[in-house]
Amino acid sequence: MLSGILLFNQKGELLILRAFRQDMRPRLADVFRIQSDNIYVVGVSKGNVNSALVFEFLYKLVSLGKSYFGRFDEEAVKSNFVMVYELLDEVLDFGYPQNTETETLKMYITTEGAVKSEQRALEDSSKITMQATGALSWRRDNIKYRKNEAFVDVIEDVNLLVSATGTVLRADVNGSIEMRAYLTGTPECKFGLNDRLTLGENGADTSLGGAVGNIGGNKASKAAAGSVTLEDVSLHQCVKLSNFTNDRTISFIPPDGSFQLMTYRATENVNLPFKVQAIVNEVGKSKVDFSIAIRANYGSKLFATNVVVKIPTPLNTANTTHRTSQGKAKYEPSENAIVWKIARFTGQSEFVLSAEAELSAMTQHKAWSRPPLSMQFSLLMFTSSGLLVRYLKVFEKSNYSSVKWVRYMTRAGSYEIRLGGDTGGKMCSTVTFVTPTDPRQIIAVSLDSLRKGSQREDTFPGRHHL
Amino acid sequence: MAVNRLRSALSAPRKGETYELRAGLVSQYAWERKESIQKTIMAMTLGKDVSALFPDVLKNIATPDLAQKKLVYLYLMNYAKTHPDLCILAVNTFVQDSEDPNPLVRAIAIRTMGCIRVDKMVDYMEEPLRKTLKDESPYVRKTAALCVAKLFDLNPALCIENGFLETLQEMIGDSNPMVVANSVTALAEITETAPETRALVVTSQTLKKLLLALNECTEWGRITILSTLADYRAQDTKEAEHVCERVSPQFQHVNPSVVLAAVKVVFIHMQHIENQQLHATYLKKMSPPLVTLISSQPEVQYVALRNIDLLLQKQPGILEKEMRVFFCKYNDPPYLKLTKLEIMVRIANSTNADQLLAELKEYAMEVDMDFVRRAVRAIGQVAIKIEESAEKAVNVLLELINTKIGYVVQEVIIVIKDIFRRYPGYEGIIPTLCQCIDELDEPNARGSLIWIVGEYAEKISNAGDILAGFVDGFNEEFTQTQLQILTAVVKLFLKKPDESQGLVQKVLQAATAESDNPDIRDRAYVYWRLLSSDPQVAKNIVLSARPQITSTIPVLSGPLLDSLIPNLSSLASVYQKPPQTFLGKGRSSALQAAAIEEAKQNARENPIAAAAVSAAVSGGSTQQMQNTAENLLDIDFDGAAPASMQKAPVGSASGLEGLAGTPNRVASPTGSSGAGGMEDLMGMFGNSNGAPPNPMNGGGGSDDLMNGFASMSMNGGQPPPPQHQMDGGGERKTKEDLLGLF
Repeated sequence: MLSGILLFNQKGELLILRAFRQDMRPRLADVFRIQSDNIYVVGVSKGNVNSALVFEFLYKLVSLGKSYFGRFDEEAVKSNFVMVYELLDEVLDFGYPQNTETETLKMYITTEGAVKSEQRALEDSSKITMQATGALSWRRDNIKYRKNEAFVDVIEDVNLLVSATGTVLRADVNGSIEMRAYLTGTPECKFGLNDRLTLGENGADTSLGGAVGNIGGNKASKAAAGSVTLEDVSLHQCVKLSNFTNDRTISFIPPDGSFQLMTYRATENVNLPFKVQAIVNEVGKSKVDFSIAIRANYGSKLFATNVVVKIPTPLNTANTTHRTSQGKAKYEPSENAIVWKIARFTGQSEFVLSAEAELSAMTQHKAWSRPPLSMQFSLLMFTSSGLLVRYLKVFEKSNYSSVKWVRYMTRAGSYEIRLGGDTGGKMCSTVTFVTPTDPRQIIAVSLDSLRKGSQREDTFPGRHHL
Repeated sequence: MAVNRLRSALSAPRKGETYELRAGLVSQYAWERKESIQKTIMAMTLGKDVSALFPDVLKNIATPDLAQKKLVYLYLMNYAKTHPDLCILAVNTFVQDSEDPNPLVRAIAIRTMGCIRVDKMVDYMEEPLRKTLKDESPYVRKTAALCVAKLFDLNPALCIENGFLETLQEMIGDSNPMVVANSVTALAEITETAPETRALVVTSQTLKKLLLALNECTEWGRITILSTLADYRAQDTKEAEHVCERVSPQFQHVNPSVVLAAVKVVFIHMQHIENQQLHATYLKKMSPPLVTLISSQPEVQYVALRNIDLLLQKQPGILEKEMRVFFCKYNDPPYLKLTKLEIMVRIANSTNADQLLAELKEYAMEVDMDFVRRAVRAIGQVAIKIEESAEKAVNVLLELINTKIGYVVQEVIIVIKDIFRRYPGYEGIIPTLCQCIDELDEPNARGSLIWIVGEYAEKISNAGDILAGFVDGFNEEFTQTQLQILTAVVKLFLKKPDESQGLVQKVLQAATAESDNPDIRDRAYVYWRLLSSDPQVAKNIVLSARPQITSTIPVLSGPLLDSLIPNLSSLASVYQKPPQTFLGKGRSSALQAAAIEEAKQNARENPIAAAAVSAAVSGGSTQQMQNTAENLLDIDFDGAAPASMQKAPVGSASGLEGLAGTPNRVASPTGSSGAGGMEDLMGMFGNSNGAPPNPMNGGGGSDDLMNGFASMSMNGGQPPPPQHQMDGGGERKTKEDLLGLF
């Protein structure tokens, strides 16, 4: 297993060294390294270790550090090095990862050295240790809230890769359901997604919400019926995996506070929010013409925010001129790209940009590699996969009522459109895909009881009441 | 005075950091002491030697402040080795702490005790450890469980005497999943270091307990249990099915390493399931989670990809439909891109080949040189793997030639050479290839083009001119290219004797007289004699049909692959090498052993060598002899022969190994593939002066030659036989022969 954990800054200076075994020197078999901000987190081992585990653990360590110190960089490590040692001590023993649940760890490794009475500390410790090793290691006992609330965020990253000729090479969705639970006691939650949830290509339909089988249902009809096909899901450790395997119910006892309930992947019926048409024309050796048109493919009531389109330009671009129908475009020499920003992009509208890049003369003409055009955006109340949360039931002994909120957001993952590699020729790339028969407004319709946010820190509009 | 000076030198300095720290450590105020401890630890981290403060730090060990205690313990662990005697002072505190009412304190005490690797400490550990193993708090128990492994590392005998191993084995049945996981971890480690203890033996009983704990423990515990399950051999099919059934829900776990561990368990136990349908179901179930791994962090992705590579070699069908997810993203790190390329080629089949070729073409247009070359190579691999798409691939390659980018063109030429060796009928593109002759500057690319020209000399009208150009600069070429030039010119001569007589003499002359490379001289002599004896024989040998290559995708040898499957997700699977080769002291010997094993395997598998051997044994027909000899020629002389391509890197070294060989292998005809072939070859040329070669007669000549070599290598002290003279004689003779021939 791991022989030690080391943290280095970018100059290669050692910040933290925690050896768990004597064999850390002189001969290291292997070094695993990841980077976080400006430090390197290094794990060393002498044996034939489980590499996936090591990398995953290092990432866990970074996220642990982030939740403790806000950031996990040189500054944070230096000013909290005692704490870092304390954490390392707790999460690894003899090089074997132990408990890395932030919530649990925060109970007994705290930033402020709280002084407690002897007796009190003793009681706490017993509780802590029970919890740290218990079957519910992620939830402590006796949590109390005056108002019981649960927030569900469905966040989807849509990945798109379109070839220069306009065919969709790859369109998939990496989604995650983030939850914030403020619930009293030990509640048992049940989670319901679309009426029809299909897992895997030939998986049987699930019985969620009393769905009927999809015998002979082809793709189109499935989409129309508001079903969703997920390629794969991974669930938080609080979810009872065996239940999920048997009847696809997601039942769990949630950790307190925020956590990621599940992540999923969908590749079928991916509803692309934007359609991009890009024409790039190299005129001789001194000029490149760009003509980009972007069309929003979602309902006109919705709007995307923070839309950024990055249009790569050749390395030897000297100057650019551009016109846009909406938003602002600017040439960023450091990124070799024209960055076009649109603050609000209403559904069903189309915006265009035409630009011209003048190239400086080069002694040696080197072909331009034409990196792909990329997009960033976030779009509320829209899911590319069509996933929707139907219900969230909370059962608890005391039978209190709880308030549940849901929010959907689609973001750009890696949304790329290739600009064609053939120099000199006129290249046109169009995103073509089947316009779905149901743009996913079902979500907006079925959850009509829209309320204005909640009392708790909720900066986002558009959170729906379940 | 002198005494005084001495005393002042020996006593601690009154200034400086250490002095200040010491002052702080013994301060009367608790906060000041704590701060000083922190400072001391900080100095320790920075690599300063603060071991001088040992006694002072130790004074702070008895404190109710848990954080401070941890720091002191940390210091202790670091410097215990240098101050073994002082450590004993801490023992009391440890023993006390291990009976503290606070479970956290008990756990820290036992954890730290295990980490202080001082022999004297071991004696005091026994009692606290026994108590904490039976502690009421699971937290303490799980810590104590690991401590047994620490103790075993220090003093195995003590561990066994006290029955700690048995206690651990009982703890597998603990009610708390974490305790179970840690006990298994400890036992697994003990078993690994000392297999004779048989510490971890999974029975059907323990299996049940493990499966029960699996669903409840932390992600890391799950991995431990899963790895143990993977090592377990199911009693019967039913049990294997049961294990798969219970483990497969873990595919949905959020932690990629749990998923990978679960995949490993199911993959291994699946092989014992006889029900084919169930088999297929599990394979199908496995693919979505594997694909999901591709969206994790880049490093984890890399591990996943390397493992997928292994799984694909074992079960080629698993990810057939998932080609798209392996498409490279523009900003993927290079190591991911290259690994993804390899996997895409493995997944390729006739249905997705078109899609893949289009994608590979995109990659070939990028700017990263290494990636581009690999992409071009991948196009060739697809073409050779899938016959239907060969034509399309060739078209893509031709388009790439038109880019006129140096490294692309060179790689394309190399790839096309392999395509020629697989499919006939693409000779039409030769003129296009010949146009870029001036742009080639790498030995491999030049060699490939020359090979093509030689091979299709009869179809290229100006083949003579092209080769003449190369012959002119013969001495400036790379060895590899020179060898190709030789062969190509001889082929040309055999095909068009009247046009290229001068050329062949020129090149043979250059190779024998001016080259200082023995390989080139030898080959030139071989050709020269061959040509001077009988052109028909030479034709039979040089122009005989070669075996068709079937694949240029590197694969691991069967035994290696089988040994890697149980190592899935470990470092060995990432390196794709058996763990012994990069671990421990016997590193080099393990490498050697692997190489020898590989050579044996190759000897067994290689039909050409086997044929050569059988020919040598039976003294078979002339035709057969010639074929085998030519096969050998071809393999040796072609820079990138398929046999060498298929070998793993270790394999190419092993070829040499095989030749140098252990005595028994040279002696036994079946084992000595290389030597056997040589003998044949020598036999052939030994009597090349005579009429039709007769293997029975040839034996004498070859033996002589072999003996000559043998004596040379055996008796290092003796002056070597007059090799040079022999060569000279041969040269004169062959020259005469050649002249006579014409």
